Amino acid sequence: MSVQMKISEMARMLRAGEVSARELTQAFINGIDAEDEKTGAYITRTDELALKTADEVDTAIAAGEKLPPLAGIPGAIKDNIVTRGVRTTCASKMLGEYVPPYDAHVIDLLKSQHSPMLGKLNMDEFAMGSSTENSAIKPVHNPRDPERVPGGSSGGSAAAVAAREAAFTLGSDTGGSIRQPAAFCGVVGMKPTYGTVSRYGLIAFASSLDQIGPFTADVESNAIVLSAIAGHDGRDATSIPREYPDFTDGISTGVHGMKIALPGEFLSDGIAPEVKAGVLKAADALRAQGAQIEEVSMPILKYALPAYYVISSAEASSNLSRFDGVKYGYRAKDFETLDELYTRSRTEGFGAEVKRRIMLGSFALSSGYYDAYYKKALQVRTLISRVYDDVFAKYDLILSPVAPTTAYKAGAKGSSLEMYMGDIYTVPVNIAGLPALSMPCARDGDGLPIGAQLIGPHFSEQKIYRAGLALEQAVGTYDKIAAQGGDR
Amino acid sequence: MSEMYEAVIGLEIHMELNTKSKIFCSCPTTFGAAPNTQCCPVCCGLPGTLPVLNKQVVEKAARFGMAAHCEIATLSKQDRKNYFYPDLPKAYQISQYDMPLCKGGYVDIVADGEKTRVRLNRIHIEEDAGKLIHVEGKGTLVDFNRCGVPLIEIVTEPDIRTAAQAVALLQKLRAMALYVGASEAAMEKGQMRCDVNLSVHKIGEPYGTRTEMKNLNSFTSVTRAIDVEYKRQVAAVEAGTPIVQETRRFDAESGRTYSMRSKENDSDYRYFPDPDLPPIHIGVEQLNALRDSIPRLPDERAAQYMSNFGLSAQEAERVVARRDMADAFEETAKLLSSGAKPRTAAVLLSDAYAQAQADGLKYDAMDTAKAAHVCELVDSGAISHASAREIILALMKGDIDVDGYVKSHAMSQISDMAAIEDAVKAVIAESAELVERVRAGKLSAINALVGLSMKRMAGRGNARIIHEVIERILQL
Repeated sequence: MSVQMKISEMARMLRAGEVSARELTQAFINGIDAEDEKTGAYITRTDELALKTADEVDTAIAAGEKLPPLAGIPGAIKDNIVTRGVRTTCASKMLGEYVPPYDAHVIDLLKSQHSPMLGKLNMDEFAMGSSTENSAIKPVHNPRDPERVPGGSSGGSAAAVAAREAAFTLGSDTGGSIRQPAAFCGVVGMKPTYGTVSRYGLIAFASSLDQIGPFTADVESNAIVLSAIAGHDGRDATSIPREYPDFTDGISTGVHGMKIALPGEFLSDGIAPEVKAGVLKAADALRAQGAQIEEVSMPILKYALPAYYVISSAEASSNLSRFDGVKYGYRAKDFETLDELYTRSRTEGFGAEVKRRIMLGSFALSSGYYDAYYKKALQVRTLISRVYDDVFAKYDLILSPVAPTTAYKAGAKGSSLEMYMGDIYTVPVNIAGLPALSMPCARDGDGLPIGAQLIGPHFSEQKIYRAGLALEQAVGTYDKIAAQGGDR
Repeated sequence: MSEMYEAVIGLEIHMELNTKSKIFCSCPTTFGAAPNTQCCPVCCGLPGTLPVLNKQVVEKAARFGMAAHCEIATLSKQDRKNYFYPDLPKAYQISQYDMPLCKGGYVDIVADGEKTRVRLNRIHIEEDAGKLIHVEGKGTLVDFNRCGVPLIEIVTEPDIRTAAQAVALLQKLRAMALYVGASEAAMEKGQMRCDVNLSVHKIGEPYGTRTEMKNLNSFTSVTRAIDVEYKRQVAAVEAGTPIVQETRRFDAESGRTYSMRSKENDSDYRYFPDPDLPPIHIGVEQLNALRDSIPRLPDERAAQYMSNFGLSAQEAERVVARRDMADAFEETAKLLSSGAKPRTAAVLLSDAYAQAQADGLKYDAMDTAKAAHVCELVDSGAISHASAREIILALMKGDIDVDGYVKSHAMSQISDMAAIEDAVKAVIAESAELVERVRAGKLSAINALVGLSMKRMAGRGNARIIHEVIERILQL
């Protein structure tokens, strides 16, 4: 029994009685015991809860019941997705001891699949950051090199999969928070089309950009998890009612005849040469399998980053106002007036990056500045969506890097602005609400994973997974890439 | 001196819609439940929760807007109004900023016998906040039951000049809400609350600086607040003190208004479109269906009653105040024998309104054939108007035999000339002062003499005959 298997293989073994759900869950718990001190991926562990679910699955198997795809497959959840009765902190002092009274929609779905939940995962505070250094609880270390950051904000979710501390994890992606840590840690991460996965129970950072998505070690497993969590939810007005397919259907039909665009802007300024080489290598691999790759120009995308930081901060400034020390969460000890209660609770409860974004967003929405910042950013948003529409009128998918560099050392990014620049290839996708897959395609001279990003039109996840699987079959999952690259 | 100044008044009215569930979740909206028993993670704004708009809110608000002649926007949106207050758990209120559901429109009112058109600026939908309860020694508690109760905010243009017009408008809005089934709009239950914007100016001169008085919750407080603030502003202008644009609180106890905050200290609400809620689209078909579902409205009915039954504007306005009353009036008028006056039915039913309202009685519970019989008894002089009003109320409470009721309650009216003359003479002998005023030409004093005579006859005298007898004896 190995925790390095694909989810479909684990599911087969469970059904065949070759392994019990308890054994499988225990194997991952052992993995957490062995690795988590080094990675810091988990904020809260729920071993007993996971084993209890596993036992239920074993009983069901013994009774010959038909099992859903994720039954007995142990997962873990980013700590901004609420779990009834299990502390949900957003890696913030503000919610350090907060225990939600209800489950997020994705948790309802995973519970109905009888997937054992191993615990809650570390992240940048309120999902604001790109390195998980903004966690108020503890930092996360990249399992590929503990001196380096795992990326962020879903750093714990990426590290847990990379270190085999869970068969899959859920993260959230507002401007790259699934795709960039997936790239840094050498795992597969999907940011689905906006409206595919219900946000009900996801503690909002920027409501119009946030989307929950899965992390796995391989592409097919990722499609299995997304199939389990996608679907219309009447409790989220932005959830889109439609028939959601099984995303594994037709996944191995290849890329022959697919037209894939390569935006030139993303392969020029500011990109590390090795990352560029890795992405071009991925392009070659896809071309070799019959895809047609053409370079395109999308100059408008350079406005995506400033538009993103205005829109996301504006929404965050409003979304995070509810943390005021009155009803739940952190409350300052020392106050006389209502204003002092608010000011001190928020000053003491939030970290520096969160406060920076609240200030930025409040400013952008202030009367007299609204038109110059927020309104203009919304106009840019419309233009960017239009440019993507134009590209997708001619191409099936877009291939691009995920981040300009591979994982950097902790503390290497001195300023917030420097950190924000790292989101340049991921934020346009959120601005346009598109689906995008991040997956390892190569490694650099330090042995660190290089990620490739496959972007498609709305609801093209099946096609993206098809191309992803084709690329994975050409270059291998990161284990294989690492093994092959051992000579470098 | 102050007669030279005219008050210029605009109202902002908050009205609770009578949907079964709240605007963004499925919690009930029942009034008066124990604190924090009608709330859920969504209306308490717990982290991770999302609002989903209750379609009924849009429909009811649109129907009300149609009744007020508004243009209903086929595309509107919801915005966040950001501010911190403990009764607002999300620290923002979901409202509508620059694209409201209903635009323009007007409401015609009758006050002091005069008809006025009050233009509306807009009507938008929004959520209510919770309630703070200050407990001596314990501090302040929050009740979230009211959080998320759906409201419409009706904003008028500054077309109102008097307190009577303001009250007439509120009464008319209430009638409209009842007709279209959008709200009970009972001020005493907090279902309708009113902010008053008021300035003063000399006629022919530009408008003055306005002040706003928030959260007035009864007709009396609206009337008093307007009177008091008008006088304060006139005095200030006369004294040469500038009026400051500010929010003022009307204190019912002291009968004064106090400054709360000036415009400069107003918070910036940082309105922006709520990203959790898609825009509200209403198709032409849906608009037509909503329009078709609107019953004949008070204005249309009042106009019909005036031309068909000869009611005055005031009488017509009164009888259309509630839909069940107007319906009952139409039924009763149809059943009257020839010669009986529909006007009697209108006046009788409207006179019973205040009591019916207080006792929670409904006009549709009344047998209209029997009501018609009561009207005929009044017109023939068999019973007094006061007795008839009592019987109408009794008919709303349950089925009764009208003639039997008249007999058992000794209501048959005394038209016997000798008895009436005795009563009138006695009253005239006791009321030298009133008689003096009648002789001096104050004809309204006659009504007082009629009233006293009626009282002496235990309410059973025939008012018309009493009136004639008084005129004859005083040789008017």
